[in-house]
Amino acid sequence: MNDNSPVPGWIRPDAPQAASLTRSTFTSLWRPFNGFLEWFGELGIFVWQVIRAAVRRPFEGRELIRQLDEVGSKSLPLVALAGSAIGAVLALESRHSLIQFGAKSMLPAAIVFSIIHETGPVVTGLVISGRVGAGIGAELGSMKVTEQIDAIEASGVNPYKLLAFTRILACILMLPLLTLAADFCGVVVGWIADTIAEPVSFHKFIQAGFAGTSFNDFLAPTFRTAVFGLIIGTIASFQGMRSQGGTEGVGRSATSSVVLSSLFVILADVILVKLILVFFP
Amino acid sequence: MMPANQAVVLQETPSSYAHAVEPAARGSASPAVILAGLHKSFGAQKVLDGIDLMVGSGKTLTVLGRSGTGKSVLLKLIIGLQTPDSGSIRVHEQEITSAGTEAVNEIRKTMGFLFQHAALYDSLTVEENVAFPLRRHTKMTTAERGDRIKELLAGVGMERELKKMPSDLSGGMQKRVGLARALALEPGILLLDEPTAGLDPITSREIDELILKLQEERDVASIVVTHDLHSAKIIADRIVLLHQGKVVIEGTFEELEKSDDEFVAEFFKRDS
Repeated sequence: MNDNSPVPGWIRPDAPQAASLTRSTFTSLWRPFNGFLEWFGELGIFVWQVIRAAVRRPFEGRELIRQLDEVGSKSLPLVALAGSAIGAVLALESRHSLIQFGAKSMLPAAIVFSIIHETGPVVTGLVISGRVGAGIGAELGSMKVTEQIDAIEASGVNPYKLLAFTRILACILMLPLLTLAADFCGVVVGWIADTIAEPVSFHKFIQAGFAGTSFNDFLAPTFRTAVFGLIIGTIASFQGMRSQGGTEGVGRSATSSVVLSSLFVILADVILVKLILVFFP
Repeated sequence: MMPANQAVVLQETPSSYAHAVEPAARGSASPAVILAGLHKSFGAQKVLDGIDLMVGSGKTLTVLGRSGTGKSVLLKLIIGLQTPDSGSIRVHEQEITSAGTEAVNEIRKTMGFLFQHAALYDSLTVEENVAFPLRRHTKMTTAERGDRIKELLAGVGMERELKKMPSDLSGGMQKRVGLARALALEPGILLLDEPTAGLDPITSREIDELILKLQEERDVASIVVTHDLHSAKIIADRIVLLHQGKVVIEGTFEELEKSDDEFVAEFFKRDS
């Protein structure tokens, strides 16, 4: 035992070993943080390139229309199905709870308010980040690793405009419309589920559902999904266009596009709900 | 001045080469591409270490070298897909390393690039792939564009595959469509990354003949990266051999074949 030890049985740590341990701990903490900062830095540069490309001619109308179809019409069945499922579940779940509290007449309002305010926009955002986010990430990732993006650039066409801007804009424009579709299906299926339990006319259901709802209740949450579209389009395009490493890289791009865009959609939802409550009390 | 008819082993003084070579040394053609002191590294790996080259209009320069010696990187630097760490790239007298995006895009329209694996747009048909640069950079009518596409595809023997998707084509067929696309805008400079790799001998010979025809009829300057020494012998006015990021030797095929340099001799011996 060391004679200078502060307590009996204390073994003085080997100084170089301790320094090495500290260094490796610091490195293991720093590396993910550094990666996180790098990712944001690269995302910032990507966004700047897209903005610069977006304001210059030509405006790639043909590709934009193709993307509107890809994001909008082709996602419609899935979004409608998701909206319908939410409407049915809300009607069945809420009915039981509201009966317990003697507030059965509030059921249409509860369904409409819940769908329009929160579930419709968020479910649409998440469904689109899954379907469209993965699609964009995989498509652009595949184009990147097979040098198709380089070929576009080599032919004097800006890929940030042709590939990224058109997809981002299509997501921004289509998300509010798809949300309307999800809301509509949710309300209709909510009514069907309600009317199966206890027949009520659609007219009465709608009247009761929208009784205490103003235009702002409807407008702000719907247009909030344009921000979700911006997030999904940007993150998926960014992840796809920085893809590396063959088919494995394409898979990684698709997965990370879905994971990151879903995560940012949820985070944005929290922030936007707070902002909407401030500006549209 | 360097004698034009003599192969030069450049290991000793690579950086002085650009200043030593003058257009007159390669004939009267004006230089289409001039590279001077080009350096490119990826992390710690030095890929190009002071490359000096010049290609005149109507001339074909073939770049040889072992895999991973930066031959494809060299082409991507010339067309601005990658940026050099240092050095100068002049295309038709315009410096592209300091040019803005729009200026580089204008210069790119004067160049045709054939990628190593063709890089056809897989969501477009063969016809649409060739139409891509025509749609964007010309004001051709649909009929004119259709005629031009047929002409281009006929030139590479693919006129019957107009409506096929790239996934329905073999590697060699994809490469031929890629070449047709690269020629669509009648470029003054052709950058070809292994144009005959994966092709049968007959198609390879056809591609070689096409490059020679372009050189003679349209004064096209070509830089061809290849491993195919037979093709290099047919198409090249000059050949450079890259090794460890440097130009080891430059000259005609016959000059390189007779070189005493150990690496050059090994390179040519192994292929023959």
